[in-house]
Amino acid sequence: MTPSVPVQTTVRTPPLAEPSGWHRITLTVNGEQITAEVESRLLLSDFLRDRLGLTGTHVGCEHGVCGACTVLLDDEPVRTCLALAVQCDGVSVRTVESLAPGDAPLTSVQRAFHECHGMQCGFCTPGFVMTATALTEQPERPGPEEVADALGGHLCRCTGYRNIRRAVCQALDERFGE
Amino acid sequence: MSHDSDPGRQDGGSWIGRSVPRVEDDRLLRGNGRYVDDIALPGAVEAAFLRSPHAHARIDSVDVKAALEAPGVIAVWTGADVADLPPMLNKEELRTPPGLAELLDPTVRMTPMPLLAADKVLYVGQPVALVVAENRYLAEDALELVDVRYTPLPVLVDPEDALSERAPLLHDDLPDNLAVAVETRVGDPDAAFASAHTVVGERFEAHRYVASPIETRAVQAQVDPYSGRLTVWSGTQTPHRLRDAVAHTLGLTAGTVHVVAADVGGGFGQKGILYVEELLVPHAARRLGRPVLWREDRNENLTASSHAREQIHSIELAADAEGRLIGVRDRILVNFGAYNMTGLVVPYNSLCHLLGPYRVPHVDIAVTGVLTNTTFATPYRGAGRPETVFAMERAMDRLAAELGIAPEELRARNLVGPEEMPYRTGLVDRSGSPQSYDSGDFPELLRRAVAKADVAGVRARQRAGAHDGRRIGIGFAMYIEATGLGPFETARIDVAPTGRVQVAIGAPSQGQGHRTSMAQIAAEAIGVPLGLIDVTGGDTDATPFGVGTIASRALVNAGNATHRAGRLVREKIIDAAARRLGVTADRLDLIDGVVAEEPGGVSIGLAELAGRAPLPGTPEPTDGRHGTELSETVHFRPPGFAVASGAHAAVVEVDEHTGQVKILHYVVVHDAGVIVNPMIAEGQVTGGIAQGIGGALYEEMVYGPDGQPRTGTYMDYLVPTSSEIPDLDMDELFTPSPMNDLGVKGLGEGGAIAPQAVLANAVEDALRPFGVVVRRGPLSPSRVRDLIRTAATRD
Repeated sequence: MTPSVPVQTTVRTPPLAEPSGWHRITLTVNGEQITAEVESRLLLSDFLRDRLGLTGTHVGCEHGVCGACTVLLDDEPVRTCLALAVQCDGVSVRTVESLAPGDAPLTSVQRAFHECHGMQCGFCTPGFVMTATALTEQPERPGPEEVADALGGHLCRCTGYRNIRRAVCQALDERFGE
Repeated sequence: MSHDSDPGRQDGGSWIGRSVPRVEDDRLLRGNGRYVDDIALPGAVEAAFLRSPHAHARIDSVDVKAALEAPGVIAVWTGADVADLPPMLNKEELRTPPGLAELLDPTVRMTPMPLLAADKVLYVGQPVALVVAENRYLAEDALELVDVRYTPLPVLVDPEDALSERAPLLHDDLPDNLAVAVETRVGDPDAAFASAHTVVGERFEAHRYVASPIETRAVQAQVDPYSGRLTVWSGTQTPHRLRDAVAHTLGLTAGTVHVVAADVGGGFGQKGILYVEELLVPHAARRLGRPVLWREDRNENLTASSHAREQIHSIELAADAEGRLIGVRDRILVNFGAYNMTGLVVPYNSLCHLLGPYRVPHVDIAVTGVLTNTTFATPYRGAGRPETVFAMERAMDRLAAELGIAPEELRARNLVGPEEMPYRTGLVDRSGSPQSYDSGDFPELLRRAVAKADVAGVRARQRAGAHDGRRIGIGFAMYIEATGLGPFETARIDVAPTGRVQVAIGAPSQGQGHRTSMAQIAAEAIGVPLGLIDVTGGDTDATPFGVGTIASRALVNAGNATHRAGRLVREKIIDAAARRLGVTADRLDLIDGVVAEEPGGVSIGLAELAGRAPLPGTPEPTDGRHGTELSETVHFRPPGFAVASGAHAAVVEVDEHTGQVKILHYVVVHDAGVIVNPMIAEGQVTGGIAQGIGGALYEEMVYGPDGQPRTGTYMDYLVPTSSEIPDLDMDELFTPSPMNDLGVKGLGEGGAIAPQAVLANAVEDALRPFGVVVRRGPLSPSRVRDLIRTAATRD
């Protein structure tokens, strides 16, 4: 019942990699400037979730296919499981927590996902919402192919996508007019 | 918590049947979900599992010295370290219902799974060692330093080889690789086949694919330093089972273990069974005195969390000259993988759902489940039904072709009629009772599906010929689903002193919207506004008894428990109000949270009543029937299965050059009895169909002959995206179930049951000029091209 060797009791915060791999980065996260020491191999997803406590960004596949971990990097949707924190020096990051902080009313995109029942378990939802937010922030209404391409970068296992498409369409209608 | 999505009832009608927007959305949309991996506990450390790279091998030695010396490593456990803990067993599945045992005498060999493999590994991905380190990066680094020496053993992948004398034996304590065997006969099938006008026989294979929820599995455990209780957060569909298993494994009492399934990012059955990781992480947390977190990665989920679906059916249909079925015979082979985790569940579901909506007087079905060196297979959305519906509905199309009868007409001639309900098939259901379809109107389901699918239009387009090699086809498939599996589910309702109503149910939600639909049921039963109701599910402290959210059962069981508890609480509220107001209870009514004497009489609000409710034990006149608290706990035990049903139709376009299958029109007509929240119901059906389409056209878990999984990432295991899933053309029937007060039937799985069959039928129809027979999925472009090529070279 005991582990192979007595439990080590030294409390320490070991690095994720060799000490040579540490970097100081400064970035803006949800409007707040943050300076942090990060290891070379620390993923942006883990940096946001574990270091900053922004757990709204979810990790579903860790190899860039499911899109659940999507955030906006300088307003572009990016998969945080494929980005290293160290690459984000000087970058502006927006996560799902930035959209309607505290009790602020939901954004049109968030509201559309609610009103169209574009979510079930909610796990993939922040990724979809961030990609849809980027679509609504474009200067002109994106065409159907661009919307389809953007949604094609995300997996949802619950909804069957129909209501997600409806939600994104509703948000685009609200932003650009029908 | 925000309740801004709480619409009033302008018309004052029922809360049941209303598309109330979900109360759970607001929190999830703001990034405030609390999935297991989001729960940050001070001092938490992280676990990683070393998994077998071999499909079958003897473990000669395990050396963890280097791993223990690696940076940040806190502890390493091997099979030898946990050898004194009992192996894992999904105990619920051990029990064969007495009726079933008596009538059919099935063979069921459950195979307990060691928490960590010590002597032998039986599939790629089996846990061999557990490393706990300061964080996951370091734990995974250390995995590479665990030195395990294996001697590879002969590998068994093909289920058809499993019972041959040459087959390697997986479990030393079993005489062979047989896991389950059960056979049933109705009438005189041999005579029926001998006298039939036409017999068709075919071999159909349901291929292996997986649930693949977007949130992988995760477990976190902590011993509370004050109470000493062990809390386990797990993305499980069955928290009470997990609590009992953790207690059993670790030698604790169930009362000292608390399991919470808070937010769960999809389950679909994969999170409905017990896993060794769920037992080992709590073990590690107790031993280390620190919270331990483990989160599965996608490769682990695809290769080492449960698989599903793999079956081979050798099916024969016997019919008279008009196409009326007189007999069905099927030999079903189920690949269980390396461990038999869930016994009869999947094989017996396949057996007793094979006949579907059709009247069949003579039946002969046998199921054999075998063990192979692949990941264990357990229920996945539909649990044995998509497989069996694939075989039956494909066979119906083969029979239709043989007799020259249109597939929809052949089906129509064989459907059980609504006037025959409740209908006895002659089989025995999974609980061991005579199988009975409680209600339904199968001919109407089909009639509507045919009307929507525009068969005449499709046939006209087919006659016009292929355009650019693109061929049109149409297919139909029907199913029934026994839903609302027992034995029970719990609901506890408490009216808080503030007047808010708290509903706790045993069944957790993995996205089904329980917080909303259960609130609707409670609001209706009690007579309070929806916005006053809070619902929690899947917390073993809130409801010490419970079963879980599996098998299309939550709405039936938890819903009816909530309904009954709500009615009882309503009575208590009215009784208490009568005493307070000094009038008799029969003069009072409770509407929208106010107890009032009509017309224009005295009244009291729920908050005032509850806020001044006497404490338990306070002398208070009662009739002895109820306590003085405004609370009730109900365990609803369904008297039998409710039976949901559906008809799907699909029109596809198959490109004969590329093999691509495009869905032009997908029709679904379903019947789940009374619908509590149409929006949620539609979402459940749509989601199920999307998973079925994935299985029909794209998804397959592929093994090499060496037992190595070849589809271990999302780059090669293809989950459909938005582009592959069309909008659905949906219609509903509502035949209430007589099996429960609400009249509801289960809904979660139904959508996933028919897509493989309907799309295979449509593709075969499209490729009829080539003489193609579709025997297995998925119908990927390469497989469709193979079908065409093979058919062409056969001539």
